Amino acid sequence: MVYLTRKAEFSASHYYHNPEFTPEENRRVFGKCNNPHGHGHNYTLEVTVKGQVDQRSGFVVDLKELKDIMNREVIEAVDHRFLNEEVREFRDRIPTTENLAVTIWNWLQPKLSVARLHRIRLYETPDLFVDYYGEA
Amino acid sequence: MKAYMTRRYWFSASHRLHSGSMSPEENRQTYGKCNNPHGHGHNYALEVTVSGQVDPRTGMICDLTDLDRFVDEKIVQRFGHENLNTLAEFKDLVPTTENLCIEIYRILEQDFRQAGIEKIRMEETMLNSFEYAGGREIRH
Repeated sequence: MVYLTRKAEFSASHYYHNPEFTPEENRRVFGKCNNPHGHGHNYTLEVTVKGQVDQRSGFVVDLKELKDIMNREVIEAVDHRFLNEEVREFRDRIPTTENLAVTIWNWLQPKLSVARLHRIRLYETPDLFVDYYGEA
Repeated sequence: MKAYMTRRYWFSASHRLHSGSMSPEENRQTYGKCNNPHGHGHNYALEVTVSGQVDPRTGMICDLTDLDRFVDEKIVQRFGHENLNTLAEFKDLVPTTENLCIEIYRILEQDFRQAGIEKIRMEETMLNSFEYAGGREIRH
């Protein structure tokens, strides 16, 4: 079993707001992140897959294929987007880094055929990241 | 009290990804640019994670200088500034970073006696990294 991690970067904006909260509650819970005009981050995404090394190729997974899937399924959907307004999954879900990591897992998991998805690590800033291993 | 310690090393080497069991077309299709017959190189970052009980006398899992000396002699000098395809390990094995991780793990596991070898992690580029723990599941 070998684990392979591929990194990618994207930039996006978001704000945190729960319509079930009062304006005061929203401001109290989410602080500056509640600004409805949004604010942005340079996110770093790490996708880790695991599998046996193929005897013939020496690969766990074709890296180019993984890169293409990550670009198609994730980067194109979120890069330079306002997550609250432009990404369907966040119309009724707060685009926290936790929810974004889970969403990225759900986008990628059905698309990976050769190796198994092991972990999504999503850095919102260099000092803050979220890990998600699926519902196991 | 079991603890883990990770030390990071660097070496540079070249390789060509090419399998003798594939046709030229299949090689090009599988390995793309990495199949260039002249090879290409990387600055590999190598992280070695050792584990063991903390010695109550020294407060250490193992003496870091022992690990440094071992890795320098058996790994950095063996693989650094070499064309990996020319080495005995890769005579019949494609020198992907997956296979390089497994080889390095084996060398450490076999001959480094001062601590247990928990995991090898290698960065091939800033975007790609690989981990091997002797076939065990890795808890991150």
